[in-house]
Amino acid sequence: MIKAELKNYQREIHLFRLRLFIGLGFAGVLMLVLLARVFYLQILQHGHFETLAESNRIYVVPIVPNRGVITDRNGTVLARNYAGYTIEITPHKVADLDRTIAEIGKLVEIKPKDLRRFKKLLAERRTLQTLPIRTRLTDEEVARFAAQRYRFEGVELKARLFREYPTADINSHLLGYIGRINQEELRDLEKEGLAANYLGSEYLGKTGIEQHYEKMLHGVTGFEQVEVDAGGRAVRRVAHTAPESGNDLTLTLDAGLQEVAMQAFGDYRGALVAIDPANGEVLAFVSKPGYDPNLFIDGIDSESWDALNNSPDVPLNNRALRGQYPMGSTIKPFMALTGLHFNTRSPDFSISDPGYFMLPGSSHQYRDWKVGGHGRVDLFKSIVVSCDTYYYGLATELGIDRMHEYMDQFGFGKRTRIDLEGEVPGLLPSTAWKMRRHKQIWYPGDTVSAGIGQGYQLATPLQMAHVTATLANNGVAYRPHLLKAAQDAAQPLFDLQIPARDIELVKSAMVAVTHPGGTAVSAFYGATYPVAGKTGTAQVIAIKQGEKYDAKKVSEYNRDHAWFIAFAPADQPRIALAVLAENGGHGSSTAAPIARKVFDYYLLGKRPKPLKKAGVRDEAEGD
Amino acid sequence: MNLRQLRQRFVLHLDPILLSGLGALLLVSLLTLYSASGGNGERVLAQLGNIAAGFVALWVVANMPLHWLMRIAVPIYVLGMVLLVGVALFGEISHGARRWLNLGVANIQPSELMKIAVPLMMAWYFEKHEASLTWRNYLIAAVLLAMPVALILRQPDLGTSILISASGFFVLFLAGLSWRVILGLLVAAAASAPFLWHALHDYQRQRILMLFDPSQDALGKGYHTIQGMIAVGSGGLLGKGYMQGTQTHLDFLPERTTDFIFAVWSEEFGFLGNLFLLGLYVFVVGRGFVITANASTYFTRLMAGSITLTFFIYTFVNIGMVTGILPVVGVPLPLVSYGGTSLLTLMLGFGVLMSIHTHQRLVKT
Repeated sequence: MIKAELKNYQREIHLFRLRLFIGLGFAGVLMLVLLARVFYLQILQHGHFETLAESNRIYVVPIVPNRGVITDRNGTVLARNYAGYTIEITPHKVADLDRTIAEIGKLVEIKPKDLRRFKKLLAERRTLQTLPIRTRLTDEEVARFAAQRYRFEGVELKARLFREYPTADINSHLLGYIGRINQEELRDLEKEGLAANYLGSEYLGKTGIEQHYEKMLHGVTGFEQVEVDAGGRAVRRVAHTAPESGNDLTLTLDAGLQEVAMQAFGDYRGALVAIDPANGEVLAFVSKPGYDPNLFIDGIDSESWDALNNSPDVPLNNRALRGQYPMGSTIKPFMALTGLHFNTRSPDFSISDPGYFMLPGSSHQYRDWKVGGHGRVDLFKSIVVSCDTYYYGLATELGIDRMHEYMDQFGFGKRTRIDLEGEVPGLLPSTAWKMRRHKQIWYPGDTVSAGIGQGYQLATPLQMAHVTATLANNGVAYRPHLLKAAQDAAQPLFDLQIPARDIELVKSAMVAVTHPGGTAVSAFYGATYPVAGKTGTAQVIAIKQGEKYDAKKVSEYNRDHAWFIAFAPADQPRIALAVLAENGGHGSSTAAPIARKVFDYYLLGKRPKPLKKAGVRDEAEGD
Repeated sequence: MNLRQLRQRFVLHLDPILLSGLGALLLVSLLTLYSASGGNGERVLAQLGNIAAGFVALWVVANMPLHWLMRIAVPIYVLGMVLLVGVALFGEISHGARRWLNLGVANIQPSELMKIAVPLMMAWYFEKHEASLTWRNYLIAAVLLAMPVALILRQPDLGTSILISASGFFVLFLAGLSWRVILGLLVAAAASAPFLWHALHDYQRQRILMLFDPSQDALGKGYHTIQGMIAVGSGGLLGKGYMQGTQTHLDFLPERTTDFIFAVWSEEFGFLGNLFLLGLYVFVVGRGFVITANASTYFTRLMAGSITLTFFIYTFVNIGMVTGILPVVGVPLPLVSYGGTSLLTLMLGFGVLMSIHTHQRLVKT
């Protein structure tokens, strides 16, 4: 019995020990599993996890470089940066946007304009972007909001540099403006491989100089590597690469001249481009009306946008760069040079002008602007009195393709390649062009009206200024440019090698235009410097055969456009320009006086007297 | 009784070998806690208090004669069950689980008590029926285990129910549960897995899913696992140095003083540090095995074996969870994680081990 119990006990101990060792083995295996796992993580995968820990810890914060300042040729600041505060909202961090905005509104004033702009930005935002609800806070507002900021999750008070255009609407069309980077621009930056340089940047040049020289103005983004905790708060700085500020740009523009030119337009809409003929530097670049580019920087509110966009004056249209107008009689000096070039006309050749021109075998009368005609007209006189009949005949004899051949070399019908985006080429027609464009043959009648710039031809004010500068510089052309240090601008684009006799003849005729007997005599009465010029009128609506154009009968927006091209001093040109006054009627009465004011300022330093309200418009003869 | 005798009386029932292992782990705990709390001494002091309380509990239990342990087995188990039912009926809900019972004077968590009470009860039961064990005895023992586990699972507290199941299973296993039954249980478990899956709470399921692909919700449910693995892995061979862990000190690591403290140690002391730490656990577990092997009665053998294996499982589940091979269940790293309750329970268990060892040594001599 006892023996049996003892045996049982032995068996039991044996069984227990066996089980215990199995347990021990089980624990041993699991311990090896842990060891293997830790070995895998800490030795085999160490590099991987070290990277992950580093990217957890290190956060790269881009430091946005200061955007370059833009000045005119004399150092007048046209675009600058100023330090200021905005209140910005990160929409995805805010649960109830409307309530948050209402709460902010109790601390700082939020105008309906601000709210509309915010809504617009919200609709087109990039992911994770912060959007401004209020910009340009006053010191008092900053203090008031700063004291309460803890209440606002996802709302930040940001101190940073803001862009400002102190000259407001005067230089808007050439400076352009910066604006918030949109999705499409972001994709373009990525495509160009510039995304990294724009990591912290919220703005980008959208038009004008700001757009064309974006890369120079932007600068190189710096980076700060900071150690952050899990909450994203910066704990300390690990590394720092300073940003490189954008280049300050000096323009060829003369801000004073620009202002004078802008004012000289009075109530007229239009454009003026003035160029130094000796080097292509653009001295003035006016498109009137302008707009305030400051409105666009943080996204324009819809009310201001609608006002700009729906105005019949189209202030957003860059007329100097993108406005295409028939050049009217301003084409005549170039027609004269074409005639001389092909020996179709000699300086001595003259016609007897009956006041109209008829194609052989046709009874259609192409009328001269002067009823009854100008009598005997040679090349010199044809420019001075702007004789249409002379050029009807000249064009017919030259033919459109020869006109195209020569004027194309001058630069008509193609972009000047000025350093602004969006330039349009104008139009210089030819038989081939008409067939291509209109699937029609060229009619002799087309050539007749082309002779006085009322055919298919179109030119931008910039283009007219460019060809005028080339003419002033005796056929040696420079690329028009706005950046003083523009590369490749120092070399002439081309030299037409116009014989001195021809150029002297045309120039002297253009000087006579501003003297008694010329079409622009009144505007240059008493000028102490010689001016060479040519007036022009571009028809907006066609006048029927046998009818007379009467400015009083057509609505203001259908009146003729007034042109004036000129350079001065005529013997040693320092400035060449083209003026277009939309619906200004005659070049002599509206466009030429504008040129006079610009010349007086540029050549004599004379500021025009404060403007009188331009009420009655001079309807005097003389185009 | 002079001073020397007094000192002898004090250390009489303490096992110096086991004690040195525990002491080393507790030192690791204080060291790591100081770093994990960002150099804040308060946590360390609080844990020192917990250690003191735990040591008192260990000393008291170590000095209990074995027949006392036998005598309190049933009352403690019954008390535990009453409290668990109380929790189910009147317990306080915190963090979506009903675990605490407010007794007016203190909040207690009865499930902690059951970590000791369940194996104690089962060991007592097997001792009672040692002479004539039949399948029916195993069944009853299993029911004794299943009842508290079911109640704790309902709280819900997956971590504790796993640990108690393990401790109870070890008693059954060491008591000689037939291999056929064990195999049958495994098959049944595998077969019922889909149903169990169904019975799990959403957050429990999420945690298991995360195990397979923590990156699918890196900032959400998978965050704990990912950050834990990053901390461990980035530690490398030698670690980043004490107080230098970036995961720890920049707040990336969640629960770093409690469940994820292993990641803190791993990050700062590296693979070599882990060899040392795992070595300490092996030492303590090894000592537990020695004590178990030398235990003289059926009760003490089962008890000591269960305590030792459960302690090991505790360690395995925690480290497995932090290193991403087990789902995130709320199991602290034994003796190292911050927390008074779990430390107290563990120290009670080691007290039992020491009592088993020292009292029979006295019997022998």
